[in-house]
Amino acid sequence: MTPADADLARRAHTAAATVCDPEIPVLTIADLGVLRDVTVEDGRVEVAITPTYSGCPAMDVIGIEVQTALAEAGIPDARVRLVLSPAWTTDWMTEAGKRKLAAYGIAPPARKASRRALFGEEQVTCPHCGSAATEKVSEFGSTACKALWRCTACREPFDSFKCI
Amino acid sequence: MPTTSLSHTETPLLAGILALADDALILGHRLSEWCGHAPMLEEDIALANIALDCVGQARSFYAYAAEVAGGGLTEDDFAYRREVGQYRNCLLVEQPNGDFAGTIVRQVLISAFVDPYYRALTASRDATLAAIAAKAEKETAYHLRHSGEWLIRLGDGTDESHARARAALDELWPYTGELFEVDPAEGALIEAGTLPDPRALRAEFDATLDHILGEATLTRPAGTWMQGGGRAGRHSEHLGFILADLQYLQRAHPGATW
Ligand SMILES: [Zn+2]
Repeated sequence: MTPADADLARRAHTAAATVCDPEIPVLTIADLGVLRDVTVEDGRVEVAITPTYSGCPAMDVIGIEVQTALAEAGIPDARVRLVLSPAWTTDWMTEAGKRKLAAYGIAPPARKASRRALFGEEQVTCPHCGSAATEKVSEFGSTACKALWRCTACREPFDSFKCI
Repeated sequence: MPTTSLSHTETPLLAGILALADDALILGHRLSEWCGHAPMLEEDIALANIALDCVGQARSFYAYAAEVAGGGLTEDDFAYRREVGQYRNCLLVEQPNGDFAGTIVRQVLISAFVDPYYRALTASRDATLAAIAAKAEKETAYHLRHSGEWLIRLGDGTDESHARARAALDELWPYTGELFEVDPAEGALIEAGTLPDPRALRAEFDATLDHILGEATLTRPAGTWMQGGGRAGRHSEHLGFILADLQYLQRAHPGATW
């Protein structure tokens, strides 16, 4: 990569990293670990993004918003490429992202992603009051990446980021 | 997009990819029929989410099928322009939803197979199939756990829920044999390390099922008669009705976009 290309890639990465997830607007795609790579080939920028779930309906919107953010930064005609490998897991989420999630009222993924024991227990801390006295209401929530929980201490329901 | 049905040369690799894609699409379509009808709100959301995962997996496989087929075909051509006899999904996924117990039993049976299958597919020599599987197996593990927990609740619940789960298990069991069948073309792909051998997954399937059924106070049906044919395009009458619904818009308004 020439110095000019390296500079272009840096600027493009900075712009792409500002794009927020449309379903969890408090997180950027960099926080989520959805932004994988920014490369420059013959002066043309390519941004690689990865879906959190196979059917994630936000990917098309994220792709368009990446192109828009780059265009606003003076980088038109960027290409967006969808990559599947290595597969996204909650381990790709940054620590800053997890703190933002909790502050937003969504319990961040609690453990390292691993193949869970099929019927294993989960421990989720209430993002509102910090109590560990919580129970799962549903394995599935308002979006593919979240489950529905409630706190038995403060009685508030909350979303919890699924650990995959 | 032309109105005509697709006529394409089906290499063994393309046929193998389409079988994976069709399983995911038809199951996803069936599950989506519950949207707005599930017995409780949480379950309505859960079934719609599982459907979304399945349709997402199907899109990845169809996109790869289009790449392999070449000739400018797209994922939509494979989903919307094939006839019943060109679909390669197993018969299990096209079976009607029945009552809630029926849907849960179907989900347990297919998930107990697909979950280890995708996990084995992550070791494929075909990098694209391995990547799609690595993504999908995290989702199917979740589907298996969710449907397994429900089957335990139904089987170990009231007399009524037990009887319904039992009846669904008896009805759907004959469609499980097809999951482990291998035709010669698929055999060659297995030999080449492109696809895993489903017969090698039988023990894990049985163990998973026995664990769930044991907790659910149910037992594996004793019947050994099995109904196959879906992989070769011989489907039950149900698939035609599914495709009429699924393909209507692209057949009536070819190439429509919005
Ligand atoms: Zn609380």
